[in-house]
Formats: sequence, C-alpha cells, structure tokens
Amino acid sequence: MNYRIETVAIDCLMVRLFDAIDEANMPWMLAASQRLRAVFGERLIDLVPSYTTAMVHFDLLHLSPEQARTLVREALENLRPDNGSGGRLHEIPVWYDLSVGPELALLAERCATSVADIVRRHSEREYQVFALGFAPGFAFMGLVEEALAAPRLATPRKRVAAGSVGIAERQTAAYPAVSPGGWNLIGRTPSKLFDRERDGYSLLQPGDRVRFVAVDHTTFINLGGDDTPLEALA
Amino acid sequence: MSRLSIEASTPLCLLQDAGRFGVRHLGVTQGGALDWVSMRWANWLLGNPAEAPVVEVTLGGFSLVAEDDCCLALAGADLDARIDGEPLKPWSSFTLSRGQRLRLNQPVQGARAYLAAPGGFAAAQVLGSCASVVREELGGLDGFGSPLAKGQQLAYDRPVPVLKTVPEALRPDFGDVSALDLVLGAQIGDFSGQSLFEAFNRDWTLDSRADRMGMRLLGPALQYQGAPMISEGIPLGAVQVPPDGQPIVLLNDRQTIGGYPRLGALTPLALARLAQLLPGNVVRFKPVVQESAWQQQRDYLQRFEL
Repeated sequence: MNYRIETVAIDCLMVRLFDAIDEANMPWMLAASQRLRAVFGERLIDLVPSYTTAMVHFDLLHLSPEQARTLVREALENLRPDNGSGGRLHEIPVWYDLSVGPELALLAERCATSVADIVRRHSEREYQVFALGFAPGFAFMGLVEEALAAPRLATPRKRVAAGSVGIAERQTAAYPAVSPGGWNLIGRTPSKLFDRERDGYSLLQPGDRVRFVAVDHTTFINLGGDDTPLEALA
Repeated sequence: MSRLSIEASTPLCLLQDAGRFGVRHLGVTQGGALDWVSMRWANWLLGNPAEAPVVEVTLGGFSLVAEDDCCLALAGADLDARIDGEPLKPWSSFTLSRGQRLRLNQPVQGARAYLAAPGGFAAAQVLGSCASVVREELGGLDGFGSPLAKGQQLAYDRPVPVLKTVPEALRPDFGDVSALDLVLGAQIGDFSGQSLFEAFNRDWTLDSRADRMGMRLLGPALQYQGAPMISEGIPLGAVQVPPDGQPIVLLNDRQTIGGYPRLGALTPLALARLAQLLPGNVVRFKPVVQESAWQQQRDYLQRFEL
C-alpha cells in the first residue's frame, strides 16, 4: 500500500492513500481508518476520512508531530483491505415529485426522457457512501449513472428542505437538515439522517451501501415526511 | 444555584466551550471559543477546568442582571464592560451583588470577550459539548445551538473562589502587529512563485465577510497551479484559496471537509490573535515549521499552570 503523510497543521497530518475517487478504494479506506483509530487510541482527537484521505488530528499534549508520523506508519504497515464488513445496506424511501424535486424536469429534458424514467434510473442503482461532510450526517454517495450527472446549480438555493435528495456531478445525497444548497433536487426522504438520540448519530456511515426506494405520497406522509413544497420554503 | 438573567443579547453572544470532538467524521463541526487563550484565562481566574462553559460576547450588546449574589470572570477584549455604569476592566474575577447589572457595550480593544462562572455555566452537553453551533442546531442553553437571548437565565452552582487577576505580563497583547504564524501545507508548492512571495510579504486586510466559519482576506489574487483537489479534511486555521485567489481562514465552525487548496494552517496562537481583530484590520503571515510551532504551543500552555 503506497501512501503519503502530509503536514496539515500543528496537530494534524493528512494520510493520502489514493489520488482518484473509486468505489474500489473503500475497503482500503475503511481498513486504514480502523487501524489509525486503534493505534492512536486516546491520543486521537478526531479522524476525518474522506474519499482518498484520512486526516489525523492528534493530541499535541501527548504526541509530537514526529511521534504521530511514526504511529501512522505503524498503523498502515501491512494494511489489508476490509472486505469483510462491507458496510450496511440501507433502503431509503424517497417521494420523487416535482413539488419537492424541481430538477426532475431538468434531468428528464436533458436526457430526453420522462420523469418516471429518471426516477427508475436513480433508484435502481446501489450507491456507496464515500464520505460524510458539509453538514452532520450529510453522506456523499455515488456513483450516479453518467447520463444523470448534473453540475451544481449556478446559484445555490438559500433554503433546501430537510430530507431533500439531490444529484451533483456523479454523486447523490440527502440533506439531513434545512440548509443552503446547490444540488439538483429530485425528491425527498422521510428518513431521519442525523439523530442525536441514535447510537452513532448518523444513519449512514462511510462504506455503507444505499438503495433509494420510490414511494408514493401517502407512504411518504405515513413515514413522517413533510411535503411542504420547495417554493414555500424559499 | 446562582442565577443571572440576560437583559440584552445579540446573535453573536454564544455559550461556548473548547469545542466538540470525536464526531467530526460524521460531518459535525468543531465549534468552541474562537479566542481559546482568553477563554482559558477566564476559566483560570475561577480555578475552573480549561474547557468549562463560558459566554463568548462578540462586539458587545450583552447585558446581565444578577438574581443572586454572583461571582464571574471576564477576559479577552475590552468591550467597555460596566457594572451599574462603573467601568470593569477584563482579566479579573469579580462579584456582582443581587440586582447589580453587568453590561458589555462595544469594542474598545479587541472583538471577543469571555465571561466565566465558578465551575462553568450550567448547560447540557450535546454530542459531548455545549459549544453553540447555530447552523447545526447543536449546543447552547437550549441544546439546539441558539444564541443567548433576552429573558434566558444563566446559572452555576459553585461557591465563590478567591478573586484573582491575570498577571499583566501573561496577558495576550492585542496591540501586537507581528506576522501570524502559518504552518505550511502540502499544496504550498502548487502556488505560483509570485503568489508565494505575496502570501508572505504583503498586507492582508480582513473583509467584513467574517463569521465563526471563516474570515475572508483581501489582497493580491493568489494563483494555484496544481490539479483540482478531491474534498478532504480541513484543519482548524486552514488558509484556503478559492478560485478568486482571496484567502479564507477557516475557523471553529468550518465545514469538516472541502476541496480548495491551502497555503497551510495558522497556529492556535495566531488564531487566538486573529479572533480579536476587526474588519479593516491588516495582517501578515510568516511561515513556520510544524515541529517548532508545536514546541511553541506546548511552552505557551505552561502559562496556565501558574
């Protein structure tokens, strides 16, 4: 396993394992995170994994930068991919509708197809959770079929409803809470993505797999969904 | 319980502690007092743990009335604090008799003042911290990140300790205009030679676009010549350079990952100084090596062992 250790801050190191986003990296990324957590133990303040990197924030009261580098090397020695756990598979219900997912129309037009076809194509794939970021419980997932890839909106919305499901480039995600956002919105999930009462807080974790399941309006409401149209939130 | 009622507040008056740790991999930001040095002194004045909950008052507009005989400590910016109209200088602990009123009006020197109470202000921990993050609806008195508001009560439940003052020689010097230490990051070689010269030899003016997520700096446009980056973890104090070339110093409430190249990251001591500056103030950067910055930080922390 080739990797680089980069200086990031007085008490942070970046462990760079890959140079490109690839679903095949995930078993290695998960294994690296586990090993780093195990070896640093109490001396780890935070570990921030992303697509190709893991940022190690170590406790400067207990480790010098040089000692931290040594621990990283120890953690990653003879690293083997974590193919065993593979993450959990989640089925996330989504009400795909123009009132909560206005870019459905845009995608259908761009692909010269129907809205129903866009829904089918978005919901038939199994996606991988690459990273969490942007907001608590916001999971970057992919990869979306190439034809559905769409650049972020030129002007981000000031208010995107909680549960909004969107596409940006070849990634898809659901907004855990109301926030500004520039993703192309195609629907809304009633699932609670971040819950301070839940063990582990975030529904989705890196390495998990996700399948979106299209549900009708009645099911969406019965599952606790809020169908306030997007325009009403602006 | 000793209680104080809030009579005036602003969206910039927040309950804070050292920050929220161990959950950043879930996208939860760090939070915590921006000027950690002043926060630590406020707690030191009362014999509190360094990370005990404090009130961060940015720019003033905050007023309390004591519902019981109280003891507090004030450190950080001089925000023209007054007890019933009488001036109160920061860097000391003090008492408030029942009915007395403490006001923090407006900046005289610095931007952020920290109020501490014996044992820390009472607040529920949310994900391990009471740090208020408005955007994430975490922490604060209500547990949902709201700023402190008129009508709320602050409380603590420890006896009054011996009153103290921070020795003058140990206080941060808010008039210090020396360059801010910046630990060089991995993308430093991907900025143009001209940009590297400018980054460390030109004045940078603090823009009014500043909050607890980050502060924008205005100056020559810096040119990044490297490949586009894949989002990765962002450290506290990262000096990131978006495509417009104007750096942004990322602070406690920053997003956890991002994809802009970075010059590096300011040291904790540089960040504490930056937290006391106002829009229009000018800063410079000085490159430092990680090991020596680490040693300097360890040495500085000895001050609080007094």
